[in-house]
Amino acid sequence: MIESLMKLFGKKERSGKIARDRLKMVLIHDHANISPELMINLKNDIIRVISTYMDIDQEDMDIALEQDADSVALVANIPVNRVKHHK
Amino acid sequence: MSEVIVITSGKGGVGKTTTTANLGVGLAMQGKNVVLVDTDTGLRNLDLLLGLENRIMYDLIDVTEGRVPYKKALVRHKKFETLYLLPTSQVKDKSAVNPEQLVKLCDDLRKEFDFILIDCPAGIEQGFKTAVAAADEAIVVTMPEISAVRDADKIIGELGRADKDNIKLIVNRIRPQMVESGDMLDMDDINDILSIDCIGQIPDDTMVVTSTNKGEPCITMEKSSAGQAYRNIVRRILGEDVPFMEFQTEGFFEKLRRRVFGK
Repeated sequence: MIESLMKLFGKKERSGKIARDRLKMVLIHDHANISPELMINLKNDIIRVISTYMDIDQEDMDIALEQDADSVALVANIPVNRVKHHK
Repeated sequence: MSEVIVITSGKGGVGKTTTTANLGVGLAMQGKNVVLVDTDTGLRNLDLLLGLENRIMYDLIDVTEGRVPYKKALVRHKKFETLYLLPTSQVKDKSAVNPEQLVKLCDDLRKEFDFILIDCPAGIEQGFKTAVAAADEAIVVTMPEISAVRDADKIIGELGRADKDNIKLIVNRIRPQMVESGDMLDMDDINDILSIDCIGQIPDDTMVVTSTNKGEPCITMEKSSAGQAYRNIVRRILGEDVPFMEFQTEGFFEKLRRRVFGK
């Protein structure tokens, strides 16, 4: 909210802050030792589990670790085509 | 009780060797018996920063391989007589010394010196592991730049794995004006990210270059701001509680002049 307001008023984000945010992000990966392969495996497992309940758009789905202020989140954006109805 | 301190950084070019030279001179100025051990074999430079490059007879490898006793390889500083350098070889490579040899050497040096500072090579390979093996404490040197801080973080992790838990941080080449304008990582950011005890904040100072040119570390220069920062670090190493210096940033008129007349 504040960020979008700042954008609205044309306040440019300083590069020092960009550096800090990028650094925090890259260190999360460094520390967790998360390889691209691990992320792919995680993604495939999530697809497998969700697919039992829903039809999802595997092409457009996106899973990533994101940093927000002080916390880290695994953010998944998974478009649902259809909910499967189990008997 | 002597202290063996390794000066390390991960990334090259952040000021390990400059820091080693300055702290060595500073501790000697305080009357301590100091030996600086260059372990950056193949890329030795500590001799140059101290102006001792023409006085090297034997090197670290000659000592570790048993050709000469360490006393023969030590080079005494011309001006600061309690400061010695143990240079390394410029022709051998980092595999020429192993951790056991360096530990043994430092144990010998402890008998004679108050401070043994080990200048560590860049990287996290064998040369780093050897340099770290002998140390009681580590000083991690970094710069307010993402790659340098990332590598410092990595090195802190590696030091932890090597069971070194006395780790101090020095942040080198801070540009106060850029920090003030928000275009450089500030000390809060770096402390927050690395969370180790900081013992030095060194401003970027052109006198570091001129002093390096002359082979006289800037800590000897009264007017050098980096020299002042190094003098403060020396006092902190010796147990004094010294507040961090305020950096000179642009005053109002300088700012106005820059705004009006451009750079």
